[in-house]
Amino acid sequence: MTAVPAHAAERGRGGRRHRPPPAWALGLAGLLCLTAVLELAPRAGLVRERFLPPFSEMVSALADQAGTGAFWHALLETLRGWAIGLAIATAAGIVLGIVIGGVPLLRAALSSTIEFLRPIPSVALIPLAVLLYGTEMRSTLLLVVYASFWQVLVQVLYGVQDVDPVARETARSYRFRPLTQVRTVLWPTALPYVLTGFRLGAAVALILEITGELVIGSPGLGKQIAVTQTSGAVASMYALVIVVGLIGVAVNAAARAAERQVLRWHPSVRGEAVS
Amino acid sequence: MTIESPGGPSAATALLDVQRLRKVYEGKGRGVEAVRDLTFTVGAGELVCIVGPSGAGKTTLLRCVAGLLNSTSGKVVLEGRTVTGPPPGMAVVFQEYGRSLFPWMTVRQNVERPLKEKRVPKAERQRLVAEALDAVGLAGSHDAHPWQLSGGMQQRVAIARAVAYEPHILLMDEPFAAVDAQTRADLEDLVRALWKRLGVTVLFVTHDIDESVYLGQRVIVLSNSPTVVLEEVPIDLPDERDQLTTRSAARFTELRGHVYRLVQRAKDGHRPQD
Repeated sequence: MTAVPAHAAERGRGGRRHRPPPAWALGLAGLLCLTAVLELAPRAGLVRERFLPPFSEMVSALADQAGTGAFWHALLETLRGWAIGLAIATAAGIVLGIVIGGVPLLRAALSSTIEFLRPIPSVALIPLAVLLYGTEMRSTLLLVVYASFWQVLVQVLYGVQDVDPVARETARSYRFRPLTQVRTVLWPTALPYVLTGFRLGAAVALILEITGELVIGSPGLGKQIAVTQTSGAVASMYALVIVVGLIGVAVNAAARAAERQVLRWHPSVRGEAVS
Repeated sequence: MTIESPGGPSAATALLDVQRLRKVYEGKGRGVEAVRDLTFTVGAGELVCIVGPSGAGKTTLLRCVAGLLNSTSGKVVLEGRTVTGPPPGMAVVFQEYGRSLFPWMTVRQNVERPLKEKRVPKAERQRLVAEALDAVGLAGSHDAHPWQLSGGMQQRVAIARAVAYEPHILLMDEPFAAVDAQTRADLEDLVRALWKRLGVTVLFVTHDIDESVYLGQRVIVLSNSPTVVLEEVPIDLPDERDQLTTRSAARFTELRGHVYRLVQRAKDGHRPQD
């Protein structure tokens, strides 16, 4: 909340006004500074242009890229792999999370297994993925699913634990059927956690998608980055890195917008509650 | 699912029969005996208050009656059937209205949900929801979310949800402990009015001595934990009750004083037999 206290506003009217600039203006200023440094540092000879070309060259390389079918094809491959992997991981995480979280015995039996499997870095599975699927898209998909699945599952498990005992007893006393309890009590309670898991999973899925393409060589922007690097097209390489970064920003923004939309009733979103 | 009264003189038999109820919470190594031996009945259409010192196992008792908690021994019989889980024909109003109402549903959806579960046809459902919300004075708040309402209004929604369910017995667990005194007086009169209009049986648990005397036809005073019944006090006040005249009546003061002394003795550890 950036509401200015009333007395501060009144004081400002009289004499000097020093209201802080809005957040978006500060953010924009930060970005402009970064691009300025990227532009000027190579031109001033602080870094060698061979490793870091000026920002304007990256932009023109990006424009060139945007004119080629290969770029758009690679972008599509990346987005497709990311979306499919994330969808599988999310669906599996939600279903298994609700089942495991809803059955105390299962939860107790599986928690140590989950704690063991979860920290295994997905990239450690690259050799296995290559053995199984070679350099196909499925190789990278395996990594994406594995990495983002845990993000979703762990959040769903927390969410299922968070059901209010009074809400649960209310549902029981009105004889809600088990499936109704899941649908009308457990699911809405877990939803904020599910969305957090989805947002974290989406970011991790993108990382693993690019990693897989870079290392395994499955089709996508990651592969293009590797190709531009080996062919010495440094500005193009940076251009692709920027695109990947922009995808990350867009994914996070979309996930946050979805959260606000779906969780209008939630205390973190609703504004006008009578307390 | 349907409830039929057992054969025989159903009017004479008790609607709710609590027999030698005992509840021991099993802890690590040692059990905590919350309720030792409770026996009482509630007749059909009665409004009975249960009062006792804090920590007297009132909530434990109510949860056992509601079928939300298994007793260690003894049994609860509702309409001729032993309670083993939440029975049909019963609604519970909890003290924590803010947690009992579902914040992701509107007021109407909150009231309607249990009726959908009961498979009440749509037209009938809509009528019941509208009538119940009307009866608690919330006819204009159908589409609000509970958290947009004040505490007293939220508890009204919870009461409307219970009323729309058309229960035979209504259990209320210190329902007004968390609202301010003025709202509390209004809600007490609301409960009396609904009880008289609907003919529903009400078991009302409270720690408020004045409230128990003002509301009840009978007040069951509990000892401290492990709980037994200390005394059953019939409340012979006129049926028409009013916050001003009833509370200033000499008989009210007498009864209130009697229940107050019983609760004080219960706090000091007085028990009927041992």
